[in-house]
Amino acid sequence: MAKRVLLIEDEPNIIEAISFILSRDGWTVHTHENGETAMTKVRAFPPDLIILDVMLPGRSGFDILRDLRGDDETAQTPVMMLTARGQSKDRELALRLGANHFMTKPFSNAEVRDNVRALMEA
Amino acid sequence: MVSFNILVAVALSYVALLFSVAFYAERKADQGRGAWLYSPIVYTLSLSIYCTAWTFYGAVGYAARSGLEFVTIYLGPTIVLVGWWWVLRRLVRIGRAQRITSIADLISSRFGKSKSLGVIVTILAVVAATPYIALQLQSVTLSFAVFAEAGGQPWGADKLNGGAIAVAIGLAIFTVFFGTRNLDANERHHGIVMAIAVEAVVKLFALLAVGAFVVWGIAGGPSQILAQIDASPISQWEQDGARWVGLIFVSGAAFICLPRMFQVLVVENVDERHLNIAGWAFPTYLMLMSLFVVPIAVVGLAILPEGANPDLFVLTVPLSQGRDGLAMFSFLGGFSSATSMVIVSTIALATMVSNHIVVPIWLRVQAGAGAKMSGDVRSVILLARRLSIGGILALGYLYFRVSGGGTALAAIGLVSFSGAVQVLPVLIGGVFWRGATRIGAAMGLITGFLVWGWTLFLPSFGAGAFISETVMAQGPFSIYWLRPTALFGIDGMDALVHGIVWSMLLNALMFFLGSVFSFPTPMERLQGAQFVNVFDYSTGSASRHTDAADAEDLLIMSQRIMGGTEAQAFFQAEAMSQGKSGYLPDVTSHFIERLERELAGSVGAATAHAMMGPLTDGHGMSVEDLIAVADEAAQILEYSNQLEAKSAEQEHTARALRTANEKLTVLSVQKDAFLSQISHELRTPMTSIRSFSEILRDGEMTPAEQERYAGIIHDETLRLTRLLDDLLDLSVLANGQVTLQDQSGDLKGLIDRAVSVAGGDTEGLRILRNPSSEALGVRTDLDRLGQVFINLITNARKYCDADAPQLRIKVGRVSGHYCIDFIDNGSGILAENQALIFEKFARVSDEQKAGSAGLGLAICREIMQRLGGQISYLPGQGGAAFRVVLPPAAILAIR
Repeated sequence: MAKRVLLIEDEPNIIEAISFILSRDGWTVHTHENGETAMTKVRAFPPDLIILDVMLPGRSGFDILRDLRGDDETAQTPVMMLTARGQSKDRELALRLGANHFMTKPFSNAEVRDNVRALMEA
Repeated sequence: MVSFNILVAVALSYVALLFSVAFYAERKADQGRGAWLYSPIVYTLSLSIYCTAWTFYGAVGYAARSGLEFVTIYLGPTIVLVGWWWVLRRLVRIGRAQRITSIADLISSRFGKSKSLGVIVTILAVVAATPYIALQLQSVTLSFAVFAEAGGQPWGADKLNGGAIAVAIGLAIFTVFFGTRNLDANERHHGIVMAIAVEAVVKLFALLAVGAFVVWGIAGGPSQILAQIDASPISQWEQDGARWVGLIFVSGAAFICLPRMFQVLVVENVDERHLNIAGWAFPTYLMLMSLFVVPIAVVGLAILPEGANPDLFVLTVPLSQGRDGLAMFSFLGGFSSATSMVIVSTIALATMVSNHIVVPIWLRVQAGAGAKMSGDVRSVILLARRLSIGGILALGYLYFRVSGGGTALAAIGLVSFSGAVQVLPVLIGGVFWRGATRIGAAMGLITGFLVWGWTLFLPSFGAGAFISETVMAQGPFSIYWLRPTALFGIDGMDALVHGIVWSMLLNALMFFLGSVFSFPTPMERLQGAQFVNVFDYSTGSASRHTDAADAEDLLIMSQRIMGGTEAQAFFQAEAMSQGKSGYLPDVTSHFIERLERELAGSVGAATAHAMMGPLTDGHGMSVEDLIAVADEAAQILEYSNQLEAKSAEQEHTARALRTANEKLTVLSVQKDAFLSQISHELRTPMTSIRSFSEILRDGEMTPAEQERYAGIIHDETLRLTRLLDDLLDLSVLANGQVTLQDQSGDLKGLIDRAVSVAGGDTEGLRILRNPSSEALGVRTDLDRLGQVFINLITNARKYCDADAPQLRIKVGRVSGHYCIDFIDNGSGILAENQALIFEKFARVSDEQKAGSAGLGLAICREIMQRLGGQISYLPGQGGAAFRVVLPPAAILAIR
């Protein structure tokens, strides 16, 4: 069974792009657009990997990450964070909160694919 | 032969005449009429009280005994009036400026209003004047006696005494009547001055008449009388140079210092310019008075029997020739001389005694009794003055009795003169020398008084009367150099010159040394400055209130402490509250209290009190101390003001820096947020573009997919372009570089176009409008206004989170302004964010929410500000609601 990736992102075009890339690479991709209901989605659909945007409607990606790491079920789930704000303090905060990888938009498709593969294999 | 009774009747009639003259003058003065009262002639004639019975009768006696020496008595005043008028002018000016009532008042006032100096001068004046008053009583009595004797009824001692008492009482009544009729501030007595002027004329003409009779009636013409004079022993008298100088000095000084002369010269003076007339008119009067002295003396000596009293030649010569009428006229002249002197002398002395002795004692007794000062002090002063008049005349009578009516009138006159002139050094020093002090004045006066008493006054009673013959010859306690007539062993001088030289010398010396070695009180300094600089402080015509100068000093002092403007403003306000104009209020205790309080604000209460103390009680610090304190305080104030200003300045700078720093910090945060947001806004579409362009490059997709991905890339590039356009737009608007177009159109059309540009009325966003309310002509930059509408509609489309998004566009009037409200049915904007949404990328700080209104609302706000209207968030409308208020000028018409 293909590994499941949950993409939490609110920009429709980016959702479409990442879904395309990862599906093509053989992953099962689920998406969610709202920050507030993200944790419910995670529990209902326990993913093998989460791709998490920082700026989401309702709740920030950092808060969701904190919840993920605080929950025993998801504490070990690899999380890759995305952000369009190219600030180093965002990267530091993400890694400190327990993100496994941090990517700044815009990214190359290969980068996404390779990072997801690496995290899955780890 | 004139009967004694007729003589008495004539004398009484004359007195009655004087009464009427005095009454008339007083009435005219009261009515403010009678310019002649203020004439320089009256002033000059009033000076003639210098010529007393001593001059009228005594000069002839003097000439008969001592030859031409009597002339010195006339030369002294002449020299003073001709050569020393500037001293008189200064005294008159001071008298007017300081409202001086007597010579004792002047000296007391000059030396810090010293009470003790007033008492000293008063006692000195009374002691010196009493023999002189006695002399006048004696002369009047003797002249009566002469007539009685001529009538065959020679007077015994009891008759003489009775006559003297009658004269003294009569004079007392007259003086009380006119001298204390009212308590005038300037102590002028028009009635008395007028009566004296009349008497001056009478005595002059009486003497001239007798003289003319002697020259033409007896001697047979001027040439004969000159020959007779040459033949007489008078021309043979050897003149003593020292005596001449001494006598001229004493008579000149007495002309200023005698209390009665001071009274008429200074106190009764109504106009300073009268001195100019008196300067030549009075010497002329004196010359006329002395014209026939020698002829009368020569003729008297020749025709009257040996042993006849030469002091009475003026009466006895006409009587011996059977010229009763002339003798009567002469009698009236002598009577005039005596009475005028006594009246003025008594007034002057009574003023001094009551002001410097009686009233102070009364006030002290009253204060001791705890009585209030509110009673009628005027009546007390008048009573004191009346009692003093009686007392002085009583003293004169007493002296007359004690001295036994010595016959050498002139000698007593000179002793009296030299006593009065003991005031001279202090008087002249006081008005010309600022360094003169109270201590020095007291030392000089007391020394002069004692030396005069020892060398002249006591010996004048004759050896054995007060000073025993042993003491006269060998000095007290056999101290040889203290002999009354040969102080310090200097022997062989004329007794009078000896007394004058030593008393004046020691007096002046002690005055000088005492002044040099003592320090003046502040009051003395203030008064001294006013006296010495009287011509700077006052004007000749208007008398000025004493306090004004005090107020000036206070002002000068206050300015040093409070600063010029504040002090002047304070003084001016105080003066105004007293109903005065200018900036010098009366120095009332109320004012002093307030000033002290005001100063206390600058130098502290204790120092302020110490500074004001001298002015309120006459004790305390010296003026130098005050000024030093004032300067020091001013310096400290200045320094601390500078420090304060500096620290205030620094504080201000620090505050400004802090504010600027805070602003910069905020700006820096905003800048970071802005850049971060720009980055986000740019990176998001670029992410899509990059991703899909890579997908397209990879190939392996359906044509439909390919087309779709190319479309996304296209849309995202448009989005980027729009964002960049907005950034530029906002930058232009914020910098005010935008040029607004002047366009006219209707609101409905404008909203139509905006709705259309922003995506139209679709399922995604239903637009609800009321077209009839939009029928409004507008004139403004329609493109910019339209841009605002587009942004608001676009935002609603983007962010309205309702299931069936709707946007209502309402046009209406709120408090006179046309408004267009854009209200959607979404969840709206959180209250805490409503204030922020118009900031650029405001929502960047709200990290819980992705996305952003971007620059849209910021641009809307800038545009509405430029157009003169405004845009705001409308809370409590259910969804997000924005209100655009059109500028009043933009409304053309309702269509």
